[in-house]
Amino acid sequence: MIRQRRRSVFTALAGALALVLAACGSGGSDTGTQEQFSAEDVQAALDAGGTIKVWAWEPTLKQVVADFQQKYPKVKVELVNAGTGDKQYTALQNAIAAGSGVPDVAQIEYYALPQFALAKSMTDLKSFEADKFEGTFSTGPWTSVHAGEGIFGLPMDSGPMALFYNKEVFDKHGIAVPTTWDEYATAARALHTADPKVYITSDTGDAGFTTSMIWQAGGKPYKVDGTNVKIDFSDEGSQRFTTMWQQLISEKLVSPVNGWSDQWYQGLGDGSIATLVIGAWMPANLQSGVAAGAGKWRVAPMPQWEAGGKATAENGGSGLSIPTAGANKALAYAFTKYATAEEGATTRTKGGAFPATTAELSSQEFLNAEFPYFGGQKANEVLAQSAKDVVGGWSYLPFQVYANSIFNDTVGKAYVSDTKLSDGLKAWQEASAKYGKDQGFAVN
Amino acid sequence: MTAPTGTRTTGTRPARLRTVRPRVAPLRPAGRTSKPRRSVLLTVLTGIVVLYSLVPLLWLVINATKTQPSLLSSFGLWFDGDFALWDNIQRTLTYNDGIFVRWLSNTLFYVVLGAGGATLLSAVGGYGLAKFNFPGKRGVFAVVIGAVAVPGTALAVPTFLMFSQMGLTNTPWAVVIPSLISPFGLYLMWTFAAEAIPDELLEAARLDGAGEFRIFFRVCLPLLAPGLVTVLLFTSVATWNNYFLPLIMLKDPDWYPLTVGLNAWNAQAITAGGDVVFNLVITGSLLTIVPLIAAFLLLQRYWQSGLAAGGVKG
Amino acid sequence: MAPPQPATVVPDVDESATLGADKPEARKTRKTEQPRRRRSWVGWRFVAPFLVVFALVFLAPIVYSIYLSFFQNRLVGGNSFVGLDNYGEVLTDPQFWSSVGRVSLFLVVQVPVMLFLALLVALAVDSGRLYGRNFFRLAVFLPYAVPAVVATLMWGFMYGTRFGLVGNINEAFGITLPDPLSPEWVLTAIGNIVTWEFIGYNMLIFYSALQVIPRSLYESAEIDGASQLRIITSIKLPALRGALMIATIFSIIGSFQLFNEPAILQKIAPNAITTDFTPNLYAYTLSFSGQQYNNSATVAIVMGVITMIVAYLVQLRGMRKDG
Repeated sequence: MIRQRRRSVFTALAGALALVLAACGSGGSDTGTQEQFSAEDVQAALDAGGTIKVWAWEPTLKQVVADFQQKYPKVKVELVNAGTGDKQYTALQNAIAAGSGVPDVAQIEYYALPQFALAKSMTDLKSFEADKFEGTFSTGPWTSVHAGEGIFGLPMDSGPMALFYNKEVFDKHGIAVPTTWDEYATAARALHTADPKVYITSDTGDAGFTTSMIWQAGGKPYKVDGTNVKIDFSDEGSQRFTTMWQQLISEKLVSPVNGWSDQWYQGLGDGSIATLVIGAWMPANLQSGVAAGAGKWRVAPMPQWEAGGKATAENGGSGLSIPTAGANKALAYAFTKYATAEEGATTRTKGGAFPATTAELSSQEFLNAEFPYFGGQKANEVLAQSAKDVVGGWSYLPFQVYANSIFNDTVGKAYVSDTKLSDGLKAWQEASAKYGKDQGFAVN
Repeated sequence: MTAPTGTRTTGTRPARLRTVRPRVAPLRPAGRTSKPRRSVLLTVLTGIVVLYSLVPLLWLVINATKTQPSLLSSFGLWFDGDFALWDNIQRTLTYNDGIFVRWLSNTLFYVVLGAGGATLLSAVGGYGLAKFNFPGKRGVFAVVIGAVAVPGTALAVPTFLMFSQMGLTNTPWAVVIPSLISPFGLYLMWTFAAEAIPDELLEAARLDGAGEFRIFFRVCLPLLAPGLVTVLLFTSVATWNNYFLPLIMLKDPDWYPLTVGLNAWNAQAITAGGDVVFNLVITGSLLTIVPLIAAFLLLQRYWQSGLAAGGVKG
Repeated sequence: MAPPQPATVVPDVDESATLGADKPEARKTRKTEQPRRRRSWVGWRFVAPFLVVFALVFLAPIVYSIYLSFFQNRLVGGNSFVGLDNYGEVLTDPQFWSSVGRVSLFLVVQVPVMLFLALLVALAVDSGRLYGRNFFRLAVFLPYAVPAVVATLMWGFMYGTRFGLVGNINEAFGITLPDPLSPEWVLTAIGNIVTWEFIGYNMLIFYSALQVIPRSLYESAEIDGASQLRIITSIKLPALRGALMIATIFSIIGSFQLFNEPAILQKIAPNAITTDFTPNLYAYTLSFSGQQYNNSATVAIVMGVITMIVAYLVQLRGMRKDG
């Protein structure tokens, strides 16, 4: 009896260890050749039905899922919000490492996609002949879902940048809405002088914003060729941005309020944060989070580096991808296609999302929509134009998720100490390069 | 504080106080024999600490009465014009098809199974440590404390990978099973059992021919009651407040406990197209702590006597 | 931590004369006249359920982490055995040591302040000189019921210099308090949250220990003309040693594992709380943002060893005083 008991303890221990070892073995990603799927295969999967799990946080997908299930009654879609942004990637990476619990479809932001593509964690959709969607999506997002030769997702939304501004504040102080970055800096001084409580914008260091600004300025700090990576923040475009933005920081013209905090929402509502240079998905957030700003805000094109220019950049935006470990890829693709390129795109645009498809972007209904929040302005005209003017040739690092996570450790110093923005970027460059080398990339 | 009652105290006198106590120490009387003078100064000084403890809670209560706009625009420590508490509570309970209620029942489920199980395991284990001499005993607690010293967050990924292999992730068991271990509970029950259960009682029961487990459940468990309530309360708080583990283990909001759910609501503000619901986060926070505070109040005479009589003493 | 010795292991022979139903020491004494408990495996049956679950949720992940710490898995190049390389890397990693330095500073400042305050309140409540004693005891304990997540969200709102309580105070008094979320002050701000959360908990531990001191001791001391201060230093404090030890050990572990508070505050103070702010946060970033499971596991193991050593040294010191 006693011995038996004792043995049961050891059996349990041994069992636990066996599991541990089993877990160790399954870490690698499989690199087998990819299956090919034809349109018929996808249709067959829809007819056969089944259940797929979708990890996404985008709120408008709820309606898309409902419509999809109605159209294909045999298919059940489980929509799970597994966290926003990097939280979800963490979960996804853990599930992939564990080899179980991987969803069939996952929402992934453009900046994070190269990482998953490189590790072959996501299916190359060329195996579904996704290349035929060339032209369906606007250039920015369509380029963003490419990595190397492959297509690793279909664009769901996009974030071409624009200048959102509080017209009331500008009118009150008789200041013109800036069209160039020089005017922007001048307006920043004028506003803050007129009312010390007013700042042109708020910024405490945001990797997405900084990289997008450098993107617009024509900088190409990241050069990626397979596993050869070059990181260089000393190029002209990057310098352009840091020089201008450093002035604003040094003169304390940007509000030290963190984006997306309660104080930030408050500032957007009470006029103390006068502008936002941000992606086209912002209107939905303004409407739900800044009720006090209704009627006061307007949308203008992004300020330019050269007067009369029309360069813009993407800020945020995400696509739907199909993990290689997913069980029902044909069905997963059917849903992905529906949600991004077919009826789902219309549904989501109606729900307030900013589309990535050229059809939606150029539809009269979309362009002519008047936003009461923006005082009746046809804001989509500005935003859709921005989508066309995105500067080409930008790429993110194949380990951008990690790089962004340490942005505030390095560049953040420029916002709370005497460190210069350019030095902060240099530190970021070094830390990113070190990580890249640790991960086996050839850096610089 | 209710002093341990006479019957319970019998046989539970802590042994290790003897360094400072005369050997002839009588039992502590249930009431004080002479009442010390009350001091206004001391009351005021201690009052400062109380103020420090209560002001944030007051802030929470006050701000739970505000609407989302007035939350940001009014003085934090006073009420604003609109008294929106009931409205907030109603919205909190019904928002997203009443998911908050679901989270609340999940949390209760985790507490009942996790904290209940942890208490039982601690009681059985603590009793074993206190009343038996067995090979390897000295190592047991050393191993337990040693393992606790390793940062849990860093073990999260290995734990996740293992649980995933066992098919436990994204199920309630991934939260419940780790909650079953309470090193502090084990320690409390160990010291408590050492003193609350007289060895003679065990000897007598053994002479009667009762099996060891029968003795434990029939004879000893009732004696351990105050300690059990104490451990139950501490493990309940730990399970109720558990955040990191469920955050990693659960992906389906239907299984979230309150803490993870509330943080998800807080994070909604940063989602494109997300609904900004800071007021619901605050009201939800208030609703989250109310049941715990109620449990503290209702059970205080039990758990405090449990702590005093057994657990942590000199 | 000193494992409490079962009563029978300590023979109290000198008490054998004072038998009585209300004298537990006497009972113990009688026990020693019988043969000592024999060593048998029966005890394992009681400890086993705890240990099985413990092995699953604590030991197995630790063993797995040790295993992981000998490997290096890269995005490019895959997994390879690297022996002790990861340990060499962590032990020479300035980021790691700066985070250890930070929690050590936290430990030597926050823990004494918190325990001292907790002790003061416990002594005040125990003295019986307070008006509304029960209210005081309960009020100070209440923050313990607040989940760390909620506490941090709450304090985070209040720390706001614009619309938070700090901002309100600045505005009301026309002063400029330092920004609690600036890099210089954020450790203090975190210390404040942790102190707030755990004063009551530690107070209760101390208070419970004080409660078991027989009142007659105080009375005889008073008759002997001892002052209140003297009673505290020579009766109460010595009686609290065990409780202090427990509270200290748990606080050491808590400080070294500091995670929840900085992790949640990081969202509102991203430039002040770096991803290597505490060892635990560093391990988290390595593993969750960077997929560097191997380095993360190594940090965890090294931190575990450091924590054990410090806890052991503290316990040793406490024991020596005991002697």
